[in-house]
Amino acid sequence: MQVTSPAFKENAAKALADVTLQKALKNVETGFIAKRAAAAAALPEFEALRDAARDLKNHVLAHLDLYLEAYEKKVVAAGGHVHWAESAEDARRIVTDICKRLGARTVTKGKSMITEEIALNDHLEREGLIPVETDLGEYIIQLRGEHPSHIVAPAVHLTKEQVAGDFRRVHTHLDAARDLTEPVTLLSEARAVLREKFLVADVGITGANFLIAETGTSIIVTNEGNGDLTQTLPKAHIVMASLEKIVPTLEDVDTLLRVLARSATGQEMSVYTTFSTGPRREGDPDGPGEYHVVLLDNGRSAMLGTEFEEMLRCIRCGACMNHCPVFQAVGGHAYGWVYPGPMGAVLTPTLIGVDKAGHLPNASTFCGRCESVCPMRIPLPKMMRAWRNREWERALNPATLRSGLGLWAFVAARPGLYRLAARVSSMALRLLGRGRGRIASLPFFAAGWTKMRDMPAPEGATFMDQWKARAGR
Amino acid sequence: MSPAGSARPPRVALFVTCLVDLFRPTVGFAAVKLIEEAGCEVVVPTAQTCCGQPAFNSGDRKDAAMLAKKVIETFEGYDYLVAPSGSCAGHIATHYVELFDDADPWKARAERLAAKSHELVSFLVDVLGVTTTGARFAGTVTYHDSCSGLRELGVRDQPRKLLSAVDGLTLTEMKDPDVCCGFGGAFAVKYPDLSGAIVDKKTTNVVDSAAATLLAGDMGCLMNMAGRLSRKGAKIEVRHVAEVLAGMADGPAIGAGKKGA
Repeated sequence: MQVTSPAFKENAAKALADVTLQKALKNVETGFIAKRAAAAAALPEFEALRDAARDLKNHVLAHLDLYLEAYEKKVVAAGGHVHWAESAEDARRIVTDICKRLGARTVTKGKSMITEEIALNDHLEREGLIPVETDLGEYIIQLRGEHPSHIVAPAVHLTKEQVAGDFRRVHTHLDAARDLTEPVTLLSEARAVLREKFLVADVGITGANFLIAETGTSIIVTNEGNGDLTQTLPKAHIVMASLEKIVPTLEDVDTLLRVLARSATGQEMSVYTTFSTGPRREGDPDGPGEYHVVLLDNGRSAMLGTEFEEMLRCIRCGACMNHCPVFQAVGGHAYGWVYPGPMGAVLTPTLIGVDKAGHLPNASTFCGRCESVCPMRIPLPKMMRAWRNREWERALNPATLRSGLGLWAFVAARPGLYRLAARVSSMALRLLGRGRGRIASLPFFAAGWTKMRDMPAPEGATFMDQWKARAGR
Repeated sequence: MSPAGSARPPRVALFVTCLVDLFRPTVGFAAVKLIEEAGCEVVVPTAQTCCGQPAFNSGDRKDAAMLAKKVIETFEGYDYLVAPSGSCAGHIATHYVELFDDADPWKARAERLAAKSHELVSFLVDVLGVTTTGARFAGTVTYHDSCSGLRELGVRDQPRKLLSAVDGLTLTEMKDPDVCCGFGGAFAVKYPDLSGAIVDKKTTNVVDSAAATLLAGDMGCLMNMAGRLSRKGAKIEVRHVAEVLAGMADGPAIGAGKKGA
């Protein structure tokens, strides 16, 4: 997909002015936050589980090679195939090769963010295949030619009226006068349309929330059951997973499942937690004839051992973005690529380069609310700051910021000079305040401040001057 | 309360903060009064300037470390460093140690300073055990939790505890008091539209609380919210929590001016 992260500011301005989007985004605040808080409060060991989940994933990252090899052996033993994809291009080629060998035409898809990351749908279409998204949110945005704006709720940027309009436009075989005001009607309609697609699909592609090294099992966590139909009915099931999804044992998965749904949607468990191990065995009533796992690296192994390694603990619950005041204000598309919100602000620069995605780790107030709700205790603000460090080292920031900060640091290192600068600033600002106590418009870099708000003027002489004049009192 | 069992009162070095120094000296005097009345000796080291947070958050670790060393040198000789700001105190108490390698002797000095650095109100309540400041304030107030104080230092109940002991004061909570006001330091200037949208939401919650006065513990947040409230034409007074706790809330509010405009 097209990267618009360099235009984050313009994207954000557009999002702020979009009345319909702003209406839809209210659902993020009202829908997710209270539910997560209630679910966390209802489980006394929730905080301890977060610690356990963090420690578990740290252990996995320290022994990633070991667990991946063990996992591969188990998949093969169950009759499946493991494909190692270093890059997005490798992953796309592996998938199309499988589809072509099977003479596939329709490819159903469960919800998967890494297929967004590798832009799989565009690629499949170019290869003459028909990808069909079967998650309701993903189905809606596919109809609209859009991309997910949220990693858990891909269509959260839309209102139900917009969805009704899209269904009328696309589902032309249905009665044009039908009533589509209720969300449940929309759901039923999508379900009926998708049922036909499931039945004609040749290949089903899902993501994976977890891969279990001990058993060679892939797990998906869903609420609609579409993932089960996607992976069970076609000739082949392809699991697209990134390397860090690996977990040692079934018991370990339990720890992560207990924090995942609570953090994501406030559910204790998602409606479906589906385990897949290999293709259909003799005597099985159903299941795919072939079972493939594509293990994608795409820059992740290069994060190991860096200040960004902890990002690989992420289990994609979306709690960070739900609680982020910036995400709440502009939605996910403004971030300009696949992963939005705080986790996107850390991950996107690793995947597409900080030169393109530099705005993302900068467009944060460092309020820390993301870290406070992250089930894996990922220090997101610290890592956003690490990107700012890299930018500073590579001199990617605006020259005005660099020279301004340099001058400020020079002054701040010299208390006498600093006192003088504070005294002059105080007088100038008070003069501009003209006794009104505030300034409505400031020039240069401070114009950003007065665009949306006044600048309170200093009360009087600086504290240090007053303190000195009163000889300490 | 005196360190090492000595008879002398604790010596507290006030870290004034850039914004209090320049914009709101009353907060500095209120802090001095509150700490002294709690039985400490207050010193204002004249060599202090800025904690270096703007450099740190801009990715300029070299200048951040240089300024951190100056603060460490200036303040390490006192029993406590106290700042009327969760943001500056949080930077000193939680981030200075990140600026130095383990082998660097400055790391241990940063750790020692961090252990005795506090935000003003939590220092009064948690360290000095203050339960009331004896102040009077007639009116309804709402309190905004500044992010750094709340999430880096755990400042939430302490200001509410002391405010509830202020004679004549009624505290009404706004919706989402713990959600960021959109200040974020340079963020407010780098992303003015975004910052403006966040502070607009915040100040809507402030107005909806129907409180006559908005309080918080950080000048950055207060100036941001006061600026947006006055731009919107809202008649709500904005003050640092220390002003009310010290009984020094009779002058013009932040951004209000002497002419009462």
